[in-house]
Amino acid sequence: MAYSFPEEVLEHVFSFLSSDRDRNAVSLVCKSWYEIERWCRRRVFIGNCYAVSPDIVIRRFPEVRALEMKGKPHFADFNLVPEGWGAYVHPWIRAMSAAYPLLEEIKLKRMVVTDESLELIARSFKNFKVLVLSSCEGFTTDGLASIAANCRNLRELDLRESEVEDLSGHWLSHFPDNCTSLVSLNMSCLGSEVSFSALERLVARCPNLRTLRLNRAVPIEKLPNLLHRAPQLVELGTGAYSAEIRSDIFSNLAEAFSVCKQLKGLSGFWDVVPAFLPAMYSVCSGITSLNLSYATIQSPDLVKLVSQCRNLQRLWVLDYIEDTGLEALAASCKDLQELRVFPSDPFGAEPNVALTEQGLVSVSEGCPKLQSVLYFCRQMSNAALVTIARNRPEMIRFRLCIIEPQAPDYLTLEPLDAGFGAIVENCKELRRLSMSGLLTDKVFEYIGNHAKKLEMLSIAFAGDSDLGLHHVLSGCESLRKLEIRDCPFGDKALLANAAKLETMRSLWMSSCSVSFGACKLLGQKMPRLNVEVIDERGPPDSRPESCPVEKLYVYRTVAGRRADMPGFVWTMDGDKSLTFS
Amino acid sequence: MGVGSGMPTVNSHVSSCCLKTELTLGLPGGQKTSKSGSKRGFSETVDLRLGSSCDDEVSVSTPPPSKAQVVGWPPVRSYRKNMMKNCKYVKVAVDGAPYLRKVDLEIYTSYQQLLAALEEMFTCLTICNVVNERKIMDSSNGTEYVPTYEDRDGDWMLVGDVPWKMFVESCKRMRLMKSSEAVGLAPKTSSKGLSKS
Repeated sequence: MAYSFPEEVLEHVFSFLSSDRDRNAVSLVCKSWYEIERWCRRRVFIGNCYAVSPDIVIRRFPEVRALEMKGKPHFADFNLVPEGWGAYVHPWIRAMSAAYPLLEEIKLKRMVVTDESLELIARSFKNFKVLVLSSCEGFTTDGLASIAANCRNLRELDLRESEVEDLSGHWLSHFPDNCTSLVSLNMSCLGSEVSFSALERLVARCPNLRTLRLNRAVPIEKLPNLLHRAPQLVELGTGAYSAEIRSDIFSNLAEAFSVCKQLKGLSGFWDVVPAFLPAMYSVCSGITSLNLSYATIQSPDLVKLVSQCRNLQRLWVLDYIEDTGLEALAASCKDLQELRVFPSDPFGAEPNVALTEQGLVSVSEGCPKLQSVLYFCRQMSNAALVTIARNRPEMIRFRLCIIEPQAPDYLTLEPLDAGFGAIVENCKELRRLSMSGLLTDKVFEYIGNHAKKLEMLSIAFAGDSDLGLHHVLSGCESLRKLEIRDCPFGDKALLANAAKLETMRSLWMSSCSVSFGACKLLGQKMPRLNVEVIDERGPPDSRPESCPVEKLYVYRTVAGRRADMPGFVWTMDGDKSLTFS
Repeated sequence: MGVGSGMPTVNSHVSSCCLKTELTLGLPGGQKTSKSGSKRGFSETVDLRLGSSCDDEVSVSTPPPSKAQVVGWPPVRSYRKNMMKNCKYVKVAVDGAPYLRKVDLEIYTSYQQLLAALEEMFTCLTICNVVNERKIMDSSNGTEYVPTYEDRDGDWMLVGDVPWKMFVESCKRMRLMKSSEAVGLAPKTSSKGLSKS
C-alpha cells in the first residue's frame, strides 16, 4: 500500500517520470500519490492557455520550474485569427513571478508577449535559463535587452519565427561580459544589425554554445570569425549567404567550416549565391538537418548540395528542387525522415517550377524512413497518393497542400477521396493529416473508419454535408485538434457530437455553415467548453439565429469563460445568450 | 470544378436577410457575390490618377491576383512570406469595423488591384452599420469610404496621389475613413493631405 513507502521514496521514483501522461496517470492512483506528485512536478505543458488559469496551475503545482504554453489557434498562422484576439502571456508572468521565484524555463508558442512581460521575467526569476518564443509577437528589441542584461544564467534565447518590433540591434550588447552560459541563441527573425564585435565576443566567451542562428544582417564574410570562435557548434543558421565572389572569402569560409566537426544542422541561407555553397561541403556528411526553405537556388545547385548530405534526416526546401531534385534526394539520402517542400510562388496563377506529385512519390519510394511530410504542389492524383500510402505505411505526419482549392485528380478529374483514403487506411500510425484538393464526404468516412490514431486534422474547401463532419467526430478516437475552413459543415454534426468536443483540445471552424443558434445551444449544453464566436459583423444576436457565424472556436476549459475577449469575440455562455467581456 | 457541391444549405427563411452575409464556398475569384449596382465602391469614390503609375492599364476590370483574394490560402505563414521576398505588410483599419487586417502591398501592381482587393475583404462592412433588414436591402445607403494612408513622415495622405511604387515604399499603414469624416481633404498636389488622425 502507498503508505508503506516514505514520501521521499515515492518522490524519488516519480522523478524518473518525465512525460505528462505518466505523471497524470500516477496522480490518479490515490490521494497520497496525487499529493506527492503535485509537489514534485517541475514541468508543466499547457496546450491551450485558456484551458486553465494561472491560479489553478499554481495551486496544484507549487514547485514548477518550467512552463511550456501555446496560445492562438493554429490557423492564426494564416491570418485567420484577427489581431487582438488574445493569448496574452502577461497574466501568467505576473502570477508566476510571485509563485515561482525559482522558475527556469518559459516556452511559448503563438502568444502575445510584451516588453513589460519580458522585463518582469528578467526581474523575477533569478535562475532563469531558457526563453523560447515561437511565433510570438508584441515585444520589441528593448524587451530582449532586459533579458540579456539581467538573466545571469541564461542558456537559451530562441525567438524562432516571432514578429519582433526591431528598434535596433543594440539589445545584444546588453549581455554582460561575465555571461558565459549561453548554449543556444536564435535571432534569425530579427532585421537589424547587431554589433558584430559584441556578437563575436559573446560567442567567444560561451564555450557551451551549441546552437547559433544568425539573422540576415550578418554578412557571409563575418561567418568565419564566428565559426572559429565556436568550433563546437552543432547547429548553425547563417545570415545572408551572399557576397561578391572572391576567392579569399570562399577559402576563409571553407576553412572555417572544416573546423566545425560537430555540425549537424544548418539553416538560414537567405540570398544565396550558389558559388559559396561548396564552402560547406566538408561538413555535409555529418549534417542531419538542413533548412534551405529560404534559399532561392535552382535544382542543380540544390542537388549538388543535398547529395553530399548522405546522413540527412530532415530537409526543408523550396519547390525549386523540382521532381528531378527529389529523385536525387531519394537516391542519396536513405535516412531521410522528414521532408518539407514549400512553394516559391504560392500566389502565381501558373506553375513556375517542374514540381509535381512525382517528386513526392520518388521520395516515398526511395526513403524507407520517411515519416513526416509537408508538401505544396499544383497537381495530385489518387494513384500517386495510393502509391505513397503503400510505400510508407509508417507515415506519422502527412500534410499536403494542392495550391488550387478543390483541385481534382488531374488524371481522372475525380475527387481525391480514394487517395487520402489510402493514406489513412495504410498509415495506421498517422497522427497528423492536412488535406486539400477536391474531396467529398466519402473521404471523411474513410478517415472516421481508419484514422484511429489521428490527433490533428486540417480541412479546407472540402466535403458536401454535415455527414462529413459527423464521420470525423464520431470515428476519430484520438482526435485532439480539428481545424476546418470553408466547408459546408453545419449544426447537426456539431450538436450531435457535442460530447466529443470535451475529449479534444479545440475545434476551429471558419466560413462554414454553423448557425448562431447552434453555437448558443452548444454553449448551453456544454458548460465545460468555451464556445467562442468571432464575427466582424457585429453582435450575433443582431442577426437571425439561423445566420451562420463567421468563425467558431470551441475548446475545453476548467477556467470558465475568458475575461479578455475583444469586441469581435462573443462567448456562448450557458447563463445568458450573449456575454461580452 | 465541383463548386456546386460545396454550397451550404441556406434555408429560405434566412435567405432574405442573409444574402450579403451568406458564406459562399467556391474557388477564389469565382466567389464574388454580385454587387448591387448602387453601392459605390472605393474605386468610384476616389478619383485615381492611374496614368501617373508607370505600369497600370486604365481598364477598371483588371482583376487582382486571384489567389491572393482568399484569406490564408494557400496556407503559407506570414513569417515565411515576409522572409521570402520583399513583402510589405501594412495594417488596414476601417472606420466602423471591429478589427484590422493586413495586406501585402507587394503583391499588387496598381492602385486598382489594391482597392479591388480591399473591397473584396471588407464587403461585409455594409452590414456592420445596419440594424434592420430594410437597410441591408437598400444598398444606396451603403457607407462610403475614402482610403487614406500614413506615410513615412507620419502624415495622413489620400491614397492615389503618388505613383504606385512610391506609395508602396512610403506607406506605413492604411485607414479607410468614412467619407463623411474626410472633410477638408487637401486635393492632391501641394500640401500634405489630411491632418493626423
